[in-house]
Amino acid sequence: MQPVNVCDFCLSPLEVSYDYKTLAKALSREKLAQGPLTMWRYRDMLPVEGKEVDIGAGFTPLVKADNLGRELGLDRLYIKNDCLNPTYSFKDRPVSVAVTKAREFGFGTVACASTGNLAASVAAHAAKANMKAYVFVPSNVEPGKLVGTAIYDPVLVKVDGSYDDVNRLCNRLAERYNWGFININLRPYYAEGSKTLGYEVAEQLGWRAPDCVVAPAASGLLFTRIWKGLDEFSMLGLIEPVNTHMYLAQAAGSSPIVNAFQAGSLHVHPVEPDTIAKSIAIGNPADGYYALMVARQSGGGACAVTDEEAVAGMKLLAQTEGIFAEAVGGVVVGALRKLAASGSIKRNQLTVAFITGAGPKTQEIVADVVRPVTIQPTLESFEEVLSVPA
Amino acid sequence: MAKRQVMFTFPAELIKEPIIYNLGHKFKVVTNIRRADVTENRGWVVLELEGEEADIEQGIAWVTNKGVRVDPVIGDIVEG
Ligand SMILES: Cc1ncc(COP(=O)(O)O)c(C=O)c1O
Repeated sequence: MQPVNVCDFCLSPLEVSYDYKTLAKALSREKLAQGPLTMWRYRDMLPVEGKEVDIGAGFTPLVKADNLGRELGLDRLYIKNDCLNPTYSFKDRPVSVAVTKAREFGFGTVACASTGNLAASVAAHAAKANMKAYVFVPSNVEPGKLVGTAIYDPVLVKVDGSYDDVNRLCNRLAERYNWGFININLRPYYAEGSKTLGYEVAEQLGWRAPDCVVAPAASGLLFTRIWKGLDEFSMLGLIEPVNTHMYLAQAAGSSPIVNAFQAGSLHVHPVEPDTIAKSIAIGNPADGYYALMVARQSGGGACAVTDEEAVAGMKLLAQTEGIFAEAVGGVVVGALRKLAASGSIKRNQLTVAFITGAGPKTQEIVADVVRPVTIQPTLESFEEVLSVPA
Repeated sequence: MAKRQVMFTFPAELIKEPIIYNLGHKFKVVTNIRRADVTENRGWVVLELEGEEADIEQGIAWVTNKGVRVDPVIGDIVEG
């Protein structure tokens, strides 16, 4: 295997392929269930040979969301809470595979361009692997996000320019330096890590696929890999054939895949992103076409959510299920609400919503929830202001 | 010599113009088309440009000026 990501001939993205026949003989539910309580319990289905760079990503809780379900009219709603990863987003899954692979290929340095979640995860895994990390961020990234990355001591490079400038620069750097660029030359391996979300959900549901999935899409990679994870499990005979309807959620201010879905088009036309859900603000998604195909062919759909609806979704999720997600989670809950209301997702369908990143990194978005009552440090004052019956 | 892999997206009013032909003639850039889809009102082409760094840059600037959107073929790489 080599660190390349596009086909020389047609310039399309490359994928890792496996020998499923041999794998099917070696794997069983019982064997998998004995593995470690991390994503590495599925090591046999990941493209690695050497020792994994593992900071504990994966095997996050799948919780039955009865309160939120009641609110939305869904009787069998589950939440895959992937906020509970070591660096607080699902990115630890793909990055754990990519950095493992980088070490196998002999790279001494890993790099990425990111507005937050990816950067933190790459820096943390590089620290664990004793590798050098270069992390490129646009100059307008919020200070709160920078701390979550800088703490792992990467070379943090703030690029004085627009989002497009950073994009262009990093493409050039990837050609010039012999680094493992997480989402460029390591991308096919990076992509595979997110399959574990599909595997885990199937295992946690008692070895079955959900009826419906709602998941966010930026580049579209995560969405396609959840599907691939479910599909592989059935190919390996671990679950029944998959009949899951896959719904993708995007922020209305950056929804090129939803636009294409609604227009019935095969081509995802790039857009200029403008949304508070910055971690999914990708205007020209590399896997947009493939995500579109998964949504279509699975009999699913695509749904866009405004910033106001996303903020309402964040609050609803926190106030019904006790989960403080970042704006992306709000987008997913907003989409779930619309899909349930329109009848696309039926009340009795077993539905899993993927919550992929934690809220505390971007608390500014919901700072208006802080409305404390102020009192004097006396019993009288408390009772006067709050009038709670004793 | 350098190589650059790009995607051109054409708006309806430019579909009939020989932009790629002109790019190859006005600038010292070899254009090598790998994938494309062009309909009456929209079109995109994935191609590789080969030439001196400066010529490629000038060529891309000219195409952009004409109203064509130019993106890296591997999509946006600044991830969340
Ligand atoms: C929290 C969160 N959720 C979802 C996504 C979307 O992932 P993808 O680019 O694979 O579609 C991202 C990053 O891009 C993210 O940071």
